[in-house]
Amino acid sequence: MNSSATWRPTISIGNLRARARVLAQVRTFFAERDVLEVETPVLSNGTVTDEHLHSFSTEFVGPGAAGGKTLYLQTSPEYAMKRLLAAGSGPIYQICKAFRNEEAGRCHNPEFTMLEWYRPDFDHFDLMDELDALMQLVCHTEKADRISYQQVFIDCLGLDPLTATLEALRTVAANLGHGELAEREADRDTLLQLLFCDGVERQIGRHVPCFVYDFPASQAALARLNPDDSRVARRFELYFRGLELANGFHELTDPLEQKQRFDQDNQKREVQGRPVRPIDPNLLAALEAGLPDCAGVAVGVDRLLMLAMDTQRISDVISFDVGNA
Amino acid sequence: MAFYSTNEFKAGLKIMLDGEPCNVLENEYVKPGKGQAFNRVKIRKLISGKVLEKTFKSGDTVEGADVMDIELSYLYSDGEFWHFMNNDTFEQIAADKSAVGDTIKWLKENDVCTLTLWNGSPITVTPPNFVELEITETDPGVKGDTAGTGGKPATLSTGAVVRVPLFVQTGEVIKVDTRSGEYVSRAQK
Repeated sequence: MNSSATWRPTISIGNLRARARVLAQVRTFFAERDVLEVETPVLSNGTVTDEHLHSFSTEFVGPGAAGGKTLYLQTSPEYAMKRLLAAGSGPIYQICKAFRNEEAGRCHNPEFTMLEWYRPDFDHFDLMDELDALMQLVCHTEKADRISYQQVFIDCLGLDPLTATLEALRTVAANLGHGELAEREADRDTLLQLLFCDGVERQIGRHVPCFVYDFPASQAALARLNPDDSRVARRFELYFRGLELANGFHELTDPLEQKQRFDQDNQKREVQGRPVRPIDPNLLAALEAGLPDCAGVAVGVDRLLMLAMDTQRISDVISFDVGNA
Repeated sequence: MAFYSTNEFKAGLKIMLDGEPCNVLENEYVKPGKGQAFNRVKIRKLISGKVLEKTFKSGDTVEGADVMDIELSYLYSDGEFWHFMNNDTFEQIAADKSAVGDTIKWLKENDVCTLTLWNGSPITVTPPNFVELEITETDPGVKGDTAGTGGKPATLSTGAVVRVPLFVQTGEVIKVDTRSGEYVSRAQK
């Protein structure tokens, strides 16, 4: 017997009950709005190409895979849900586990609970409205603020993120105490993300939740570009009290543009010496068949609970964290 | 020399930064949404004692610092160096004024101190948590004060000045907490 075994949960029984209540609230919220609950596979043949997402993989051995076949644990259910949408599911939501390697800390656990939903005929602003309503229900927040990525940089740092030179970004980073890191950094987006982390995120969403929208096109991921200003993409994030809560898109539906972005991701991976990821042919085929015009968002449920329960650590709201899972 | 990635950073790890050995105090993983992850690391510079926050890209590596703590007993000072000895091997090490720093006021012969060595040379000297020192000078207690509040200053044999209760007198040996510089009790005889 190991007497130092940490069998006890990291969550309190009170928070365990509150967690169940919040999940029930979320399900009622979507039932009332006629959004269908779905489940999709946690293990899949394909995975994400995003250079900053590190997926777990495992080996399937069985009929049809005698020699073993690599399967990936989902980093989000996005691809499978888009295939359901293309097949005519209508509005759908899912509460599931997502897995991201290399992410652990006060607000991160490599295995976490994600709420993701898609709304045909919504754009990203419509979806922000709906997420705001959910926040008010679950976290009792007031109506959220909205500000563009460009404006929030101008307000917080006096810098236009869309036009600033690399040198200007480095100078502002140096003023925040990151001179050394900035000097060696040649990637514009990494510098912007550093500035966002230290110069922006600490200043926004302190009293009411804050949506930041229209991220630079270079950080578009799976969002469509803004037709009025192709320097930015219709992607938004939600921040409140130092937590990043959600990431949403007015979804890119063009299969060719999507394939180009995946290829670019893999090129970046190659340059950095990271493994190149197989591009999911099923997702691209679904886009070719026709993804309805829609907006989608992924919400970190554990962080929502951290806010609802007013606690500082993700381990306080999950039954067992990675340290004693 | 070993290199450490941000995933290996934890409290107590010694790394090199700006040419100075540092002690990692805290390591927080931060990611503002999609994109690059960072580690916000709180460190103490071991020579200057300065505490600062430094941000690294997650996965970056930093050179480790060859820093070790050893316990040695204090022997004497020649005015320029403070000499310590390993009680097992009788090997002696001399620390200079900058390494001894404020610890000077707690150094009593034969007390066991912790010396932090960087590349074999002492950079800091930490006294025991509790030391017993003799009071060389303090005012006689004011009659009638029995509540033990307020206290009075007392100069100790090392030159340190601490506040002591009124009933403690010159010539007595007292126990002091070196971390706070506060009086604890009269020494056990």
